[in-house]
Amino acid sequence: MAAHLSSGRVNLTALREAGRRELREFLDKCAGTKAIVWDEYLTGPFGLIAQYSLLKEHEVEKMFTLKPGRLPPADVKNIIFFVRPKLELMDIITDNVLREDRGRSPQRDFHILFVPRRSLLCEQWLKEQGVLGSFIHREQYSLDLIPFDGDLLSMESESAFKECYLESDQTSLYHAAKGLMTLQALYGTIPQIFGKGDCARHVANMMIRMKREFPGSQNSIFPVFDTLLLLDRNVDLLTPLATQLTYEGLIDEIYGIQNTYVKLPPEKFAPKKQGEGGKDLPTEPKKLQLNSAEELYAEIRDKNFNAVGSVLSKKAKIISAAFEERHHAKTVGEIKQFVSQLPHMQAARSSLANHTSIAELIKDITTSEDFFDNLTVEQEFMSGIDTDKVNNYIEDCIAQKHPLIKILRLVCLQSVCNSGLKQKVLDHYKREILQTYGYEHILTLNNLEKAGLLKPQTGGRNNYPTIRKTLRLWMDDVNEQNPNDISYVYSGYAPLSVRLAQLLARPGWRSIEEVLKMLPGPHFEERQQLPTGLQKKRQHGENRVTLVFFLGGVTYAEIAALRFLSQMEDGGTEYVIATTKLINGTTWIKSLMEKLEPAPF
Amino acid sequence: MSRARADEEEYWHSSKFRAFTFDDEDDELSQLKESKRAVNSLRDIVDDDDDDLERVSWSGEPVGSISWSIKETASGSTSSLEGRDSSLQKGSSSYAALPKQVSSYSLSSLFKGEDHHVSCRQMGFPSESLTDTGVKNYAPELRRPKAEYKDYTSDWSPKDTVRRMQRGKVCSLERFRSLQDKLVLLDEAVAGHDGNVITAVLIFLKRTLRREILFRELEVRQVALCHLIHFLKETGEQKFLLDLLRFLDRTEEVALSQYREHLNIQDVEKRREFLKGCIGLPFSAEDTSHIQDHYTLLERQIIIEANDRHLEMAGQSEIFRKYPRKASILNMPLVTTLFYSCFYHYTEAEGTFSSPTNLKKTFKIPDKQYVLTALAARAKLRAWNDVDALLTTKNWLGYTKKKAPIGFHRVVEILQRNNAPVQVLQEYVRLVEDVENRLNLATKYKCHDVVIETYRDLKDRIQLTAYKCKVERGSADEEKINSILNNTVRSAY
Repeated sequence: MAAHLSSGRVNLTALREAGRRELREFLDKCAGTKAIVWDEYLTGPFGLIAQYSLLKEHEVEKMFTLKPGRLPPADVKNIIFFVRPKLELMDIITDNVLREDRGRSPQRDFHILFVPRRSLLCEQWLKEQGVLGSFIHREQYSLDLIPFDGDLLSMESESAFKECYLESDQTSLYHAAKGLMTLQALYGTIPQIFGKGDCARHVANMMIRMKREFPGSQNSIFPVFDTLLLLDRNVDLLTPLATQLTYEGLIDEIYGIQNTYVKLPPEKFAPKKQGEGGKDLPTEPKKLQLNSAEELYAEIRDKNFNAVGSVLSKKAKIISAAFEERHHAKTVGEIKQFVSQLPHMQAARSSLANHTSIAELIKDITTSEDFFDNLTVEQEFMSGIDTDKVNNYIEDCIAQKHPLIKILRLVCLQSVCNSGLKQKVLDHYKREILQTYGYEHILTLNNLEKAGLLKPQTGGRNNYPTIRKTLRLWMDDVNEQNPNDISYVYSGYAPLSVRLAQLLARPGWRSIEEVLKMLPGPHFEERQQLPTGLQKKRQHGENRVTLVFFLGGVTYAEIAALRFLSQMEDGGTEYVIATTKLINGTTWIKSLMEKLEPAPF
Repeated sequence: MSRARADEEEYWHSSKFRAFTFDDEDDELSQLKESKRAVNSLRDIVDDDDDDLERVSWSGEPVGSISWSIKETASGSTSSLEGRDSSLQKGSSSYAALPKQVSSYSLSSLFKGEDHHVSCRQMGFPSESLTDTGVKNYAPELRRPKAEYKDYTSDWSPKDTVRRMQRGKVCSLERFRSLQDKLVLLDEAVAGHDGNVITAVLIFLKRTLRREILFRELEVRQVALCHLIHFLKETGEQKFLLDLLRFLDRTEEVALSQYREHLNIQDVEKRREFLKGCIGLPFSAEDTSHIQDHYTLLERQIIIEANDRHLEMAGQSEIFRKYPRKASILNMPLVTTLFYSCFYHYTEAEGTFSSPTNLKKTFKIPDKQYVLTALAARAKLRAWNDVDALLTTKNWLGYTKKKAPIGFHRVVEILQRNNAPVQVLQEYVRLVEDVENRLNLATKYKCHDVVIETYRDLKDRIQLTAYKCKVERGSADEEKINSILNNTVRSAY
């Protein structure tokens, strides 16, 4: 079920197992049959920890989605709400509880499981509604870091960036630190901590404090990770704004990957059986899981999209040839052998069919004129061309009322690549946006300014060229087919965040002190003492393992770049990636936009 | 569109950028096609049953996953799905009344000391008074969790209190009586970085401290301050929030925060009044003019809407009969309003509020934006004369000249999108300045005249000859080509 989690350098199955154990323990506390009422947002992340079968083993008989109104009738002893600690959800729960038929017998017991933390504020809210006392168990399930893949962990906290950089609410950092403590409990104390940015500093401080305050946390596990690198998202605001050009990155940009699942337009996936021709075309989107458990996907996910086509066609030839083998199978033994391989071949065929269809869908978009124009402008900005004046293409897009998020991504990208826009340019964009999309967006523009994504240039100084040159963020000769540098993930632009990780491993940050000072927040190094017995004696040629934690989100292209570094022959470092949320430019900007529609209830 | 293909090619080859297209497009495409073919042909030899193979239901949920099971078990519940849905709808409609009920309480009302007889009140503890006031009637079961009896009387230090709260345990804060104690508690909470605990402590302080003192102390505790602001926004305690921001002299934030409120006002008249009140708020200079515009726009829209609704209902006006309005113009952006006005009120004199020229003047809409919008609106109505007039300028000698601040290629694009006839289209294609671009557009939209004339001007015999096969045999266009070719032949001798 979760074989892909153990495929990497660090076996993340242990983390998943810990999560499952905690879940079972809670379920057993509520004796008897159960129904779970789900905060819909949580089903995705929970799905990565447990399947329905696990819940069923612990007498979960029904599951519902949390909605206002009366709870569906279900003959169970317990009703358990699985929710995030949000006030609006508390209102729904209150409604559910108040509408419960008091005459029914036997009565049903209510419980709440807060994920990831119990919230005093929410409990106050429930108390005020007069229903707090209805809950027998109110507990928390610290689903801090969820294993997504063999080398990838996410907290799936959608608002972490907004909370940290807009509202200065550090709760998600506290969760990050807690998650790291859990990791250390399972995989040993991480001897070296590096970091860049204010949030990184906070998390490191919290970790050190937690370790001091809970002496029990001193464990005797041989450390799996050599280094922890904490990176603030606001150290590198540029990368998520650019369009990702890896296969997985493009799937996410275009269709959005959620909790490893993607929903695709069904047309291309219609089963073409003979004689049925065109009938019964499915209308529901096709949903696919994407992770490294799928051999073919593991191979192509991190490639530049331009290199995907040739791999797919090679695979097609191999599979065709394999199926041809059946003609040569003459003896019973040969036929038997062929048949025994069939399931694997069929899986490979189906996987190839899916990815060929996805590649076609994506290609339709990447070859469109607008995609091309958009990318041209992005690449101009990133390589430092014409970042200080109003851009024609952006103006055109506004005039044609392209989606606002697209406009904001481009304008923010320009601003970041120019260390802020000239006041006149900024004012011009603002005016055009407000006149075309509505004045109320002044609130969103304000949020973007606060987050540093969109700002006037202060002091008339543009640091970006220096940063770009020193860190070699723009590479002129990119090889997309057989890359030799991380810049292949954006066809020219090397993600700043990953460059920092790369330079930290070799030759060390001392070589880039000047540039580090230009980026926001402090950079630091901490060491955690290990008992002598646990100190690592490295075998010759053995790679170091570094955990890179992106505070405020990470993109698939950045993950691809880190995986590329892991696989470099003389790299010497393997990376495991953790983050508060998997993001792309669109979801990220969206999280910063003012919600203009009042809540539906 | 903006650049001719060939231009682009040259641009990409000469500059250091890479275009995101496949190196060899045909080859790549054929590769994809090839793998598709291979895959499809394999279907014939394998009796494929995808469901068996992938263990995924069509909608994609893997069988046995949590989200899949929610659907499964829900539909298997005793009530029919329909019955459940309708009850849900009922539920949600009556639920609409709930928020009001909620907002009439404030979180702090909990702490206003209604039950003095509880000597040691605890956060998160169902107090005795609640049980007394008939909560039993609502709640099916009021059993107190056993865990909460523990630690009832313990006397924790600020540090321990914070630590216990971090672990989700219940703690009494009432013991912290002196300002000093309370601030130590707050500082401990902040040091722990757990927003949950910080907020809990802040609620306690908010209830037990005088406003001025709380504000003063928060001013030097930025993290706590941010949490309180966030909390006040969440719970909608607008007045308290504004007081706080004013105290801190964060005037721009006060202004924005107040302006945000307009989104919650559904009634347009009330919204307009509210926006009027926002104009005087201390925004930045730039924002002030936007807010002023927002107000003026809504004011206009209300007038236009009232008039037009009347016109439409009366059924007298042809334009409204022919093109009934799809939606009200209220709360639409400025450019949308301009489009609307160019569509329904194009010929009105500048004096009326609904005329495009009036909007242009009032909101200082740039020429480019204006022409673009007006063009789109008139082209949609196929009012080609208006299009012509819009792009014609007269100098003081009375000479007329065609001018397009957005570039004629954009004009062509908009007209083409609105299915303009070739005669109209070619007039503007002819005006596209860049030759390459002009040829491309003319060829694409079959403006033969323009293509022929351009090749003639370029003296490109080969292309012109080649183009002969694109025009209809025996047409005037063919004749034109022939005559040009003959002319040049003659003149060459």
